[in-house]
Amino acid sequence: MKEGRVARPDNMSVSDTADGPRNGRRASPLVTPGEDLGKSEGREAGHGVLVMDGRLTATKHGRMNEKGNEVSIQPLRTAYIPRPGDLVIGYVEGCTNNIWFIDIGAPFNAILPMSLGPGNTSFGGTRQVIDIGEAILCRIQEVEETHSSVVTMKGLGLRKIRSGTIEDVEPHLLGLLIGKKGNSLRDLKNESDCRIVVCDNGRIWVDGEFDGVVSVKTRLKEMTLESKAVGGVA
Amino acid sequence: MGGYGDIQMIDENGIRMDGRKAGDLRPIEIETGVIPVADGSARVIWGNNHAVAAIYGPMEAHPRKIQRQDRAVLDVRYNMAPFSTSDRIRPGFNRRSREISKVTAEALESVVLVEMYPRSKIRVEIEILAAEAGTRCVGITAASVALAHAGIPMTDMVVSVASGKINDVVVCDLNKEEDNYGEADLPMGILPNSGELVFLQMDGDLSQEEFQKAWDYNMNAAQGIHEIMVDALKGGES
Repeated sequence: MKEGRVARPDNMSVSDTADGPRNGRRASPLVTPGEDLGKSEGREAGHGVLVMDGRLTATKHGRMNEKGNEVSIQPLRTAYIPRPGDLVIGYVEGCTNNIWFIDIGAPFNAILPMSLGPGNTSFGGTRQVIDIGEAILCRIQEVEETHSSVVTMKGLGLRKIRSGTIEDVEPHLLGLLIGKKGNSLRDLKNESDCRIVVCDNGRIWVDGEFDGVVSVKTRLKEMTLESKAVGGVA
Repeated sequence: MGGYGDIQMIDENGIRMDGRKAGDLRPIEIETGVIPVADGSARVIWGNNHAVAAIYGPMEAHPRKIQRQDRAVLDVRYNMAPFSTSDRIRPGFNRRSREISKVTAEALESVVLVEMYPRSKIRVEIEILAAEAGTRCVGITAASVALAHAGIPMTDMVVSVASGKINDVVVCDLNKEEDNYGEADLPMGILPNSGELVFLQMDGDLSQEEFQKAWDYNMNAAQGIHEIMVDALKGGES
């Protein structure tokens, strides 16, 4: 495991206190939950920010961004929250006669109704088509008010995953993996000679020769470690 | 709270057995990300206390009967390792760990924005690897840092610290002897940014003045501990 920095009173700097002045060393400073982000007058609270007693307060650990009059926090770590249209990899956790329950790595499981599953499924035969524990490539069809989501396998390339390996990275690191205009991902695909499908829930399907899969796994591991060093969390 | 007043634990100059003054804390170190597979984790070394907290979730709450339609539930498990004290502790849940798990969950629920994840569960695992008085405070502090590290939305971080009375003198952050043979113990959970209180227990008796003194010690100590917590999360960045 990578060595982490340990916070002790003797290696802390004065500017690191929660209520210390921002000295503008970085464009987007790190904030922690409960940190005061200034008056709320004329400013809007975006993601990860609350207005409390006329002041903006951070609710997440991450980097503060100010765009126009909106103050938001780009969290260093966060749970995956499904949105309609997201491509995800899910594991079947259970099923009834006509519904599969899918773990998509979100706070709530999704359902895959028989009508949106593979075409050859008959009532009562869900488990013969996709069994518990198997992985599927699917898309979020809709997210209800109650946060329950419905996934679909009707679409180009959506299928049961029968080969290759599935890797997990944190969802906020996907931008880093894909790169500008997909350059980083394209390079990785060319170098490893693997089929790589990056899903919005942080799961990545890697299919190819053994050496290629190992090189992709190594790259993902490096990327995770690098990202942790950025935030000072190790 | 043994209450053995004849054991001298503080001298006439106000110096305690471990060399600290009445208002001093034991040395504290906090490190985040110590458990790579967890969504968030933290290790707190507080004097001779070693605590590790790990956060998993938010995830679908199972069994379904524990689900709440309007909010997430915090599933807190506080456990002391069998080797954490000189007398071996029988492994598994006991009355004390059940009580501490409950008060920890209630203290943390007051800051976590549980309404954002209805019907889900956030698992908080606190493991005490070495114990030397004040493990519930160390556990709550570790869990609070780990929750922030996991990206769980919170209105503030909970800082927990205890003060107590030894030889009729109110002191901050009791060590093992002071906890065993002292006269009172007042652990508190404090929100450092607002100064609000989310958890308070009292063991033993304190007069109104002594209670106020212990309260002030805890409030002052919370600010210092909060700085260390923030520094651990920011890793030296401002």
